[in-house]
Amino acid sequence: MSKIGVFICHCGENISGTVDCEKVATELSKVEGVAYSTDYKYMCSDPGQTLIKEAIKTHHLTGVVVGSCSPRMHEVTFRKACAEAGLNPYMCEIANLREHCSWVHEKGEATTEKAISLVTMLVEKVKKNKPLTSIQVPITKKALVIGGGIAGIQASLDIANCGHQVILIEKDPSIGGHMSQLSETFPTLDCSQCILTPRMVEVAQHPNITLYTYAELEKVEGSIGNFQATIRLKAKSVDPKLCTACGLCSSKCPQKKIPSEFNAGLGTRTAIYVPFPQAVPNKPVIDKEHCNYYQKGKCQVCQKNCPTGAIEFDKPDELITEAVGAIVVTTGFNVLGTDFFPEYGYGKYKDVITGLQFERLASASGPTLGEIRRPSDGQIPKKIVFIACAGSRDPAKGIPYCSKICCMYTAKHAMLYQHKVHEGESYVFYMDIRAGGKNYEEFVRRAIEEDGVNYVRGRVARVYEKNGKLIVKGVDTLLAGAQVEIEADMVVLATAGVSNQGAEQLAQKMHISYDPYKFFAEAHPKLKPVETNTAGIFLAGACQAPKDIPDTVGTASGAAVKVACLFSQAQLIREPLIAVVNRSGPPSFSTCVGCFMCETACPYHAIEREEIKNRNGEVLKVVAKVNPGLCQGCGTCVAFCRSKSIDIQGYSNEEMYAEVMSLFNN
Amino acid sequence: MNIGFYPGCSLKGSSKEYNESVLALGKALDIEFEEIKDWNCCGASSAHALSKELSLSLPARVLALAEQQGLKEIVVPCAACYNRLSTTQYELAQNEELREEIAKIIDMSYKGGVKILNVLQLLQRFASDVIESKVVKPFSHQVACYYGCLLVRPHKILQFDQVENPQIMDLLMSKIGATPIDWAFKTECCGGGFSVSRTDIVSKLSGNLLKDAVDRGAKAIIVACPMCHSNLDMRRPEINEYLNANIEVPVLYITQAIGLALGLSPEALGLERHFVPVSLI
Amino acid sequence: MKNNSNTINDLHVKTGVDINRCYQCGKCTAGCVLADEMDLSPNYIIRLLQTDTSDNFDKVLRSKAIWLCLNCENCVGRCPMEIDIPKVMDYMRELSFQQKKQHQAAHSIIAFHESFLDSIKYTGHLYELGMIADFKSRTFHLMQDVKLAPKMWLRGKLNLLPEMVKDIHAIKAIFSRTQNKRKNL
Repeated sequence: MSKIGVFICHCGENISGTVDCEKVATELSKVEGVAYSTDYKYMCSDPGQTLIKEAIKTHHLTGVVVGSCSPRMHEVTFRKACAEAGLNPYMCEIANLREHCSWVHEKGEATTEKAISLVTMLVEKVKKNKPLTSIQVPITKKALVIGGGIAGIQASLDIANCGHQVILIEKDPSIGGHMSQLSETFPTLDCSQCILTPRMVEVAQHPNITLYTYAELEKVEGSIGNFQATIRLKAKSVDPKLCTACGLCSSKCPQKKIPSEFNAGLGTRTAIYVPFPQAVPNKPVIDKEHCNYYQKGKCQVCQKNCPTGAIEFDKPDELITEAVGAIVVTTGFNVLGTDFFPEYGYGKYKDVITGLQFERLASASGPTLGEIRRPSDGQIPKKIVFIACAGSRDPAKGIPYCSKICCMYTAKHAMLYQHKVHEGESYVFYMDIRAGGKNYEEFVRRAIEEDGVNYVRGRVARVYEKNGKLIVKGVDTLLAGAQVEIEADMVVLATAGVSNQGAEQLAQKMHISYDPYKFFAEAHPKLKPVETNTAGIFLAGACQAPKDIPDTVGTASGAAVKVACLFSQAQLIREPLIAVVNRSGPPSFSTCVGCFMCETACPYHAIEREEIKNRNGEVLKVVAKVNPGLCQGCGTCVAFCRSKSIDIQGYSNEEMYAEVMSLFNN
Repeated sequence: MNIGFYPGCSLKGSSKEYNESVLALGKALDIEFEEIKDWNCCGASSAHALSKELSLSLPARVLALAEQQGLKEIVVPCAACYNRLSTTQYELAQNEELREEIAKIIDMSYKGGVKILNVLQLLQRFASDVIESKVVKPFSHQVACYYGCLLVRPHKILQFDQVENPQIMDLLMSKIGATPIDWAFKTECCGGGFSVSRTDIVSKLSGNLLKDAVDRGAKAIIVACPMCHSNLDMRRPEINEYLNANIEVPVLYITQAIGLALGLSPEALGLERHFVPVSLI
Repeated sequence: MKNNSNTINDLHVKTGVDINRCYQCGKCTAGCVLADEMDLSPNYIIRLLQTDTSDNFDKVLRSKAIWLCLNCENCVGRCPMEIDIPKVMDYMRELSFQQKKQHQAAHSIIAFHESFLDSIKYTGHLYELGMIADFKSRTFHLMQDVKLAPKMWLRGKLNLLPEMVKDIHAIKAIFSRTQNKRKNL
């Protein structure tokens, strides 16, 4: 026998302005099963909630329907009140009389009638509701951070400092990412490595952080709080415990001309190498694709010369599996190469370089030891042209978005050039200047006003080489379209920031969404920037979209907090509004026939297979089972199930049917 | 191999040598050309400058005639005609209403299925694989391959070669022993149809590109468009005046260059019709 | 400033080009081989049209620039927003001619076009001698290329008589059917 309490809120004037709340309460009291019906001005307030609690106790209510604002506002509030009064919170439902009724209609009888219908629908539903208990999922308090750039480093340190274990994996031989390639950072012109390397060392030495470099994610299984991550530790061919980083091996290696990834292709490295002097860990690895031994079976000079016998050839990759409770993805981004631009030479002009390559030239640890020199002949350029928006904001080339950081780093590059080459002339061809961060605008003005960088508002149509110079054909749109031709010694393209290589494959391995440009998708663009739609997997840094260092560090710490918050609970409490496959006694055990259409349909991979066995251990039947940790209650499986064996708790077929049919029975 | 042929007005008039060289080379490569019967002028730049409908109708008639004749493919050596025919075909394919309107204007049935090839595509298909073995007089000179603006743009419609640094002509020339140079004006306009009305502009545009080619060591300019040829060859005195120079580098059609390498006589290829004497062979 | 002259809408309907997409980067002008001869650069023309006022639309109709554009397609080939400027130029040229707003300096260019089209109308082909005669009568450049003619003749490049299209009626019909559209003021 249902004894349902109906509470109609006036919501100040928001609802009562167009709906006759008193009448709604009166009409509802006539509905069969309603034991108590009233209206009040502010139901969510303290006295309002007390009203509900008292009514539950006095009238022994078995269910509550509140006619109020959207459940997204106060469902939690009212359910908590019911729980405090001893009523199962899932016996409380909200009828949205505000967003669905009073706010979208004019005052009148029809509006009040609609309000009455809405509340009645929920009353009929609550009659079918069953009490439910929250689900508790255990949590492994260890985090996996994928990607060892500044985002990964920051996130790891934050999580580790909260007292939790962290596994940080990085696919390159050293952590540091793109930030380690920069010479100076805007807007302060801090030396990038000087501020980064202390953090890198901290990560390596932190007792709570296990660092695996030259390692990649192989696969991920499980769900929030209980992931199993398989990590491939690529064979380094060097035993880090024996290696003293003396450097003899690299000096003897005969393969000396491999384009250096760290120097963005401008310098070379050997096959056995440490990517840069401040690498962490500072131990070499052997690049199998270029090593004479691995490719042709000869050499082994490094092994012959190593004083500690640290070189170990032919060791296989190692696969390890770690149990983690949360994953933070910080895999970063990449920049387009110059070969992307037909009008700027298809990559064949040596002195047309990318912004990242310019960083390496400007960097004291770079191929020219910090002197700006032309890659073609090593001369110091007297005139440099910087082209902004090279690839970004260009739908014709497939990249319509703005890469955010280029205006700032172009100003920085021009300034660095002017500081290093006092008589040098620099030109920046731009469309707009995007300098929205703190002290950013002032930084750009400094370049123009103090350092004499020439900013020309217009784009460059093409660049071609003649007599060792680069002819740049641009325009000044502020001079009503006057063509500007510059004979430059070097051209720097601020190429677009794009997703990192392998981003799509990684996203698919982890079942996280990504956008058409292969940047990983955040759960909500404004309110959930560091979460993904997959519970337990968080994002930070430029793998989500091009970002500067302050924002990267900000999102990294944000993701770390989300992880710490997750780990701060003893168990993971989840709402029980999930799918459940029905179970009964023998001989059927369940109406589920084991077709597993639900498994195919489920977007969250929450359907598992359960073997029902007899006492001898023989499998009688394989049925579907919902993993309560993964299920998001979307209901797709319910729509697919041919035998009506799966249903959503709190939104069961019976409850929904009762709700809808009440409209016809009125 | 039978293929449709649309010479266009220039090949029958001021650029007769282009026509001669295409036919002579075709003969040497066993290509049979079937000229479109009673073809009309494509309208060139004058039609689209003054009237959209006219600029679509004139080429449409040509394509309709080709269809009527049962031709599945036509080769169009003149780059301007090639561009106009292709653009018309594309526009009419995109817009059914327009297609019906133009069909009414030309009073012919128009389906739009004829494949339109430029001379380089023709050579790619019929010559590319065989000319290396047939070369008797290697064209061993440094050449600047000049594509002009109409062969490769608009890329969306023509879908031919690379827009900024096309290579097909260069490849063909290297197969006959030439050394194509890398230069900066491969696809920059020569001044096109301004030959008569604004000869000064032709002098400037063609002059600039000729200078770049010559500065980089070109001993001949190879072209595939009669307007480009005319501007660089017939208007050489004006160009030389503009540049204050006396450049004598000859301009040859790609078909002439290949023809020479294959041993065809200069007369058969129309070389004596040039204004700038072709003396390097 | 806006007086809603419907420029942008009309242009979009007649040519399919949406000039609202132009963000005035200037790449078109930077790569235009004729920009230094033009009174209004290509990006400036698009900007004038973007203002959607009849005054600025008129400025473009009366400009020299639209007649200097050779449709070499360098601009649209590099435009990040793929704005078909040559198509806009064609559209403006047609209107300028219809409304008799063509710039003085473009007189010889237009005279050439008219002479060329006349030749096609009467013969179906380009009859060079006839076209040049027509051109000279329109421009009074009587001595133009007079020395060139015999050189062309000697090289066999000059046809004394026109080669007529047999179905010349069809050509004339095409001209008359499109004539009505051309004189549409």
